[in-house]
Amino acid sequence: MIWGVVQFPGSCDERDALAAAGLVGEARMLWHADDDLDGIDAVVVPGGFSYGDYLRAGALARFSHLMEALAAFAQQGGPVLGICNGFQVLCEAGLLPGALLTNEDIRFVCRQVEVVVESNRSPFTAGLEPGERLSIPVKHQEGRFFAPDDVLDELESRGQVALRYAADHNPNGSVRDIAGVTNGAGNVLGLMPHPEHAVDELTGSIDGLRLFKAAAGALT
Amino acid sequence: MRVETETRNEERGTRNRAHRALGLTDAEYERICELLGRDPNVVELAMFSLLWSEHCAYKHSRKLLARLPTEGERVVMGPGENAGAVDLGNGYAAAFKVESHNHPSAVEPFQGAATGVGGILRDVFALGARPIAVLDSLRFGELDSQRSRYLLDGAVRGIGAYGNSIGVPTVGGEIYFEAPYEHNCLVNAMCVGLARTEEMVRAAASGVGNLVVLMGASTGRDGIGGASVLASAELEEGEEKRPSVQIGDPFEESKLLECCLELLGQGLLVSLQDLGAAGITSSAGEMASGGGVGVDIDVSRVPLREADMEPFEIMVSESQERMLAVVEPASLERVLELCDKWQTGAAAIGEVTDSGRIRVLRGDELVGDVPVSALVDECPLYDLQPQEPDSWTYGNRATLSERADVPEALLALLASPNVASKRWAFEQYDSIVGSRTVRRPETADAAVLLVPEAGGAIAVAIDGNGRRVACDPYRGTVEAVLECAANLACVGAEPLGLTNCLNFGNPEKPGPAWQLDRAVSGLADACEELRVPVVGGNVSLYNEGPEGAIYPTPVVGMVGELPDPRRAAGTGFARAGDAIALAGPFAPSLAGSELAKLRGELDLGLPGVDLAVICAAIAGLREAVRSGVVASAHDVSDGGLACALAECAIAAGLGCHVDLDPLVEERGVAGETALFGEGPGGFVISGKRAKLEQLATGNLPVLTIGEVGGETIEIEAAEQSLAVPLGDAERAWQSLAERAEAAAV
Repeated sequence: MIWGVVQFPGSCDERDALAAAGLVGEARMLWHADDDLDGIDAVVVPGGFSYGDYLRAGALARFSHLMEALAAFAQQGGPVLGICNGFQVLCEAGLLPGALLTNEDIRFVCRQVEVVVESNRSPFTAGLEPGERLSIPVKHQEGRFFAPDDVLDELESRGQVALRYAADHNPNGSVRDIAGVTNGAGNVLGLMPHPEHAVDELTGSIDGLRLFKAAAGALT
Repeated sequence: MRVETETRNEERGTRNRAHRALGLTDAEYERICELLGRDPNVVELAMFSLLWSEHCAYKHSRKLLARLPTEGERVVMGPGENAGAVDLGNGYAAAFKVESHNHPSAVEPFQGAATGVGGILRDVFALGARPIAVLDSLRFGELDSQRSRYLLDGAVRGIGAYGNSIGVPTVGGEIYFEAPYEHNCLVNAMCVGLARTEEMVRAAASGVGNLVVLMGASTGRDGIGGASVLASAELEEGEEKRPSVQIGDPFEESKLLECCLELLGQGLLVSLQDLGAAGITSSAGEMASGGGVGVDIDVSRVPLREADMEPFEIMVSESQERMLAVVEPASLERVLELCDKWQTGAAAIGEVTDSGRIRVLRGDELVGDVPVSALVDECPLYDLQPQEPDSWTYGNRATLSERADVPEALLALLASPNVASKRWAFEQYDSIVGSRTVRRPETADAAVLLVPEAGGAIAVAIDGNGRRVACDPYRGTVEAVLECAANLACVGAEPLGLTNCLNFGNPEKPGPAWQLDRAVSGLADACEELRVPVVGGNVSLYNEGPEGAIYPTPVVGMVGELPDPRRAAGTGFARAGDAIALAGPFAPSLAGSELAKLRGELDLGLPGVDLAVICAAIAGLREAVRSGVVASAHDVSDGGLACALAECAIAAGLGCHVDLDPLVEERGVAGETALFGEGPGGFVISGKRAKLEQLATGNLPVLTIGEVGGETIEIEAAEQSLAVPLGDAERAWQSLAERAEAAAV
């Protein structure tokens, strides 16, 4: 299985994502100005501050050349994982519902949190049991998930809420404790926690690795 | 002849007082005229005023710094380069340096701190090292002052805004709150980078005919004269100096960093230098001086933000996120292509010459022409006129009643912003990007970072308690070095090199001059005894407010290596039932302690220590941690043993029962001193009782003092005793957020 990790100017976590994906397959860095995703089986849009988060987090990166190919890839059911800034980019690109607003307390927060698996429809949560808790760090200033109530009701009824923060672990004021959502088809997952920073006991936990393994398992 | 000179001086004095406004003395101006054989023009005067400033020339400190040991087997680069570097093995080196951004931060804390981080990152990647960690050492006035909360909030947000968005983890640091920093806060930032040793580049220009390429942001009027105006004189009218503070753009730096590392990786650069204080002037001057060559700069080729900038403004602008490279003409096209890929600016603005001069051109017009040696090497160096003060001049303010009992004293100490958890601050920093961070902030005494490239891990820490240095500049500085080494020892790391930032008051005054002189001697002696070379550093003088100088504050940063990160001990107790021991020749005293501060009883003087004995104990503790029998380790520092024990307990969520009578009896101290006294050479460790007792050697005394367990912190010491519920202790220790956010600005 071949993973592609998108690198924008201002990405920060692309090397970490590349290393994490590399634990469960072959991983290649993709440059934002490239044209195609030939030969790529799954794409990670990593964390960071693409284009300095200027204008709005993710608002400029969505116009990158590679995003056209990524939209087509997602349309055809290709698995796409948007982490933190990647989640923001995918929301801006219309590939995921909702938006990510400034944290409730207006400060950046870096903290290990626990999230609960809500739905295993996405290839990245395939095989995980709803209700399972994962320990994964967050680090962001614009991670408060928001959508209008009717949209949220719909997301919940369709199983598009993939992950929620556990009680007392919501670090940013996300509505209904939502930590990660999928598109309607379930192949695109965006989440604020950083699974690529939870792949080694020495540096924290290995719960994030389960998302990468799940996708690898679902595809092979 | 003599009369004539005096007349000339007088004429100059009336004709041209510009040099005084730029911070040069009349004698220095005379010296410049002698070196040039004429009066400098406005471009040249601007260049000299900056490179002959304290910030760039170290004119009051260079003679003292010669005392520091700088050599060692593991030193790859020593002082004089953009940063120091030590060998990590396997062909890799750690490059690191600490630098101040105090005065800009006192004027505008967010941008001051942000650009402080930006500047130290550039110092490190200028060597070809990828930055892998940032640490910060911050000082503010007391937290009950609104100005201090404003500065704290701005500085913390600024550090986060820059470090977080460039993808370098902020893994550690320290914050102290003391009244003498009220007007002149300190923001020191340290960066550690990783490089392949053979690919590291030096800053020296070489190759006559090679091109000088300016990369990164365009050049504007921001920060003109920052080094001379902000960093080399006392702060008075801070508000008016705001235009001298630079504005940071971490996105620009992120692109520049990746671009520079890719250029270096492809071998396309002959040398590389960051642009910091004094901008192009300083970088070009240091490049030319290092290589023994000359440099021509054509200011008309510098990409500008404002079209009508004068040549002198272009030469001294401190616009951020710029680097200067020397490139062979044949490589220029590929360099420009890569800069284009990273969407970062690049322009060939000059060339390396054999003239030994910095020549400034505007197109064909020569607008400045000075010998490199005059600019870089000929600044007069001054001897200090030190005089020891005869009394404590910093004042005292009692905030803890004399009648407070021992449990109240412990809670007051834990809630003291100097001792309290800094979680409020470090949670605003990304501490994990890069996937190297094994010990996150406050989980261990030093940050531990994986370096699989070199086959192991490194530990980093930064320390310096200015209040204790004010009590005794020599002993206080020795303690800062010992504390840093002790922090590394707690995770099993041996120091490889040291960087320092000397933050002091006005060196032209006898008191600060004496403090600086004594502190540098303390630094030198402690480094000699520990056999740790000083590989770089920075001096920040003139840190004064209307009420006088800051506490003299040498900040010490160390990088150490450890063989097995799995054995790096954490601060918190590991298991109920484990024994607790006090390791090391710790001989507590209340002099200069946090308790003495709270009681308003500060005075001159700290007890002396036997450096060799403490260094041997630090080495012994390090070996104990490496052996794997120590389940937790925490050095005894601010607030004494009682606070250290409470911190171990809070981190674990486990209480403890401790009896300090062995300490009271063996070292002849009173109960209260055993509880709250401070001093170097003490470690709280825990583990299996039999194994801890076996650790005792001639070098490392070990006193078993208690056991982990329960939900209360219980400590007895001679006639004193306390029992504080864990929850109460934790609430006090976690009270910083509420106090920092009070009436947040």
